[in-house]
Amino acid sequence: MKKGKLQEYWQRNISLTLGLLAVWFVVGYVLAIVFAPQLNNITFLGGPFGFWIAQNGAIYVFILLILIYCLRMNNLDKEYDVEG
Amino acid sequence: MSQLGLTAIFVVLTFGLYIGIAIWSRVNTTSGFYVAGQGIPSIFNGMATAADWMSAASFLSMAGLIALSRNGFDGAIYLLGWTGGYVLLALLLAPYLRKFGKFTVPEFIGDRYESNAARLVAAVCAIFVSFTYVAGQMRGVGIAFSRFLEIDIVWGVVIGMAIVATYATMGGMKGITWTQVAQYSVLIVAYIVPAIAIARTLTGNPVPQLAFMNVAGKLDQIQTDLGFGAYTSPFNTLSPLNVFLITMALMCGTAGLPHVIIRFYTARSVTGARWTGFWALVFIGLLYTTAPAIAAFAKYNMINTVSNVAYTDVPEWFKTWEGTGLLTFTDRNSDGVIQYIPGAENELRIDNDIMVLANPEIANLPAWIIALVVAGGLAAALSTASGLLLVVASSISHDIYKKFINPSASEANELLVARVAVIFAVIIAGLLGIYPPGFVGEVVAFAFGLAAASFFPAIVLGIFDKRTNRTGAVTGMIVGLVFTAFYIITTAPGIGIRWNPWLFGISPQGIGSVGMLINFVLTYVISRMTEEPSAQMQAFVEGIRYPKGAGSASAHD
Repeated sequence: MKKGKLQEYWQRNISLTLGLLAVWFVVGYVLAIVFAPQLNNITFLGGPFGFWIAQNGAIYVFILLILIYCLRMNNLDKEYDVEG
Repeated sequence: MSQLGLTAIFVVLTFGLYIGIAIWSRVNTTSGFYVAGQGIPSIFNGMATAADWMSAASFLSMAGLIALSRNGFDGAIYLLGWTGGYVLLALLLAPYLRKFGKFTVPEFIGDRYESNAARLVAAVCAIFVSFTYVAGQMRGVGIAFSRFLEIDIVWGVVIGMAIVATYATMGGMKGITWTQVAQYSVLIVAYIVPAIAIARTLTGNPVPQLAFMNVAGKLDQIQTDLGFGAYTSPFNTLSPLNVFLITMALMCGTAGLPHVIIRFYTARSVTGARWTGFWALVFIGLLYTTAPAIAAFAKYNMINTVSNVAYTDVPEWFKTWEGTGLLTFTDRNSDGVIQYIPGAENELRIDNDIMVLANPEIANLPAWIIALVVAGGLAAALSTASGLLLVVASSISHDIYKKFINPSASEANELLVARVAVIFAVIIAGLLGIYPPGFVGEVVAFAFGLAAASFFPAIVLGIFDKRTNRTGAVTGMIVGLVFTAFYIITTAPGIGIRWNPWLFGISPQGIGSVGMLINFVLTYVISRMTEEPSAQMQAFVEGIRYPKGAGSASAHD
């Protein structure tokens, strides 16, 4: 495998990781904590929305983020022939 | 059948299952003992990670912490902190540490920074963190035995020690992993069955995750009427800054705890390590999305059953729990009625730890569900204890004995030391459970901050920044650790000096985030001011970035 190809694999890995961590931060900190008082004015499932994100919703998003990471990375491994 | 008889049957059956698994999964290699021969399929590895992770505190105390100590919303620090950390683990650590392909976390620190001193310090930290953590588990086992099986707390701890010692010495990581799979199954059923029953009774909807929002809304009204802050309103008990920083310290601490990281070494491949992270959070999420529901249900039922009720009319469970001292009623205004209100006039004090255990009784569920909950609590405590004991044993036998004391030790010899270390660790853990030092509870809460401020930056930068060198990483770890420990010692209630939080009013539970930031900055800057790591080391870092060729861990290094 050429060095340039491997570097490209690593760059794409880094972009994916940073993108997913950006969502992790926005949901886990900005929405669940910083804007919780504002989001609590919205009603969801019979209670305040901000409370739901902080105590339930964010966890579903976290699980989804890891799922996306696994699927995308496994494809990337195949594309660059570095599976292991 | 009596409550005692049913509980005894559940406990004996589950313990028999754990021992049976131990006999079936005996090992005789160091690879089998430390990392289960790296042959665990991802879904079971994820399940074992979940059981490893969810301790007596998650199972018994967390719902109470959310409902009572944190008055609802602010309990999100635990829910976000202890699940969000898995995103960091899966994306930043798991695949790379699996590719690294050795046995312990101190080993990575030592190899990456070419420093035996760093490895020794990391091994000592791992042992310290694991011991403080395990003491709480053994205590939990003792309490469950004494409350539900009428066995003395000391004998409860001894029975727990004997069970863990049996399967950990026989099967090492392999025995522990398969036992944890069984323990996860027991604990998740025990946690969810009562939640479903209560959700159906309260709202008609049997899914706790859907039903609890409605109940939380009703609680807002009830709590406002009694004078408490609304259950779903943020920042009743903590400032926004502290909610933010504590959540971050718990997340990054989770990703820096050795007994969690070590689970990813047991995966079959790099891909397997990634999937382990996914399945772990799925299984953890099942309990963690149910916990806020149990919190809301228990508080709602509790207030409705006893608030403004005459003491002579309280239900049976109230008197039983009063007997344990974990629930107390002080009739301050001598009117014979229970007033549950904020401030000094409050007459009812409830311990966080009884919410989950008392919940089925409060909701009038049948005796077998209570027996199941006890078996689940024991499974949670034992599974976490065994994972921690393995970290202690491998740090002693692999990082200290094999590396520093007897480098020429044969595999059989190292394995014997590992088994003796497990027995030794179990005995210390048992003693800590029988004679708990007063500070253990506090130290466990702070273990996360210390892990975040020390291990986490060293591992992340070690993988993602080739330029990070020994001088930078060691300085960062030491300053991060000392700063965080100093702040905790000077400000934490229950330990040491008890100053007011002197840095922007930051809670000692959240200070690990600041220590972590200091560590990151120092490591990065100092590494760039000092010599570049060797070409060989840069090739080593390059190597862990690509999954191909992740073979099995080598027995000798």
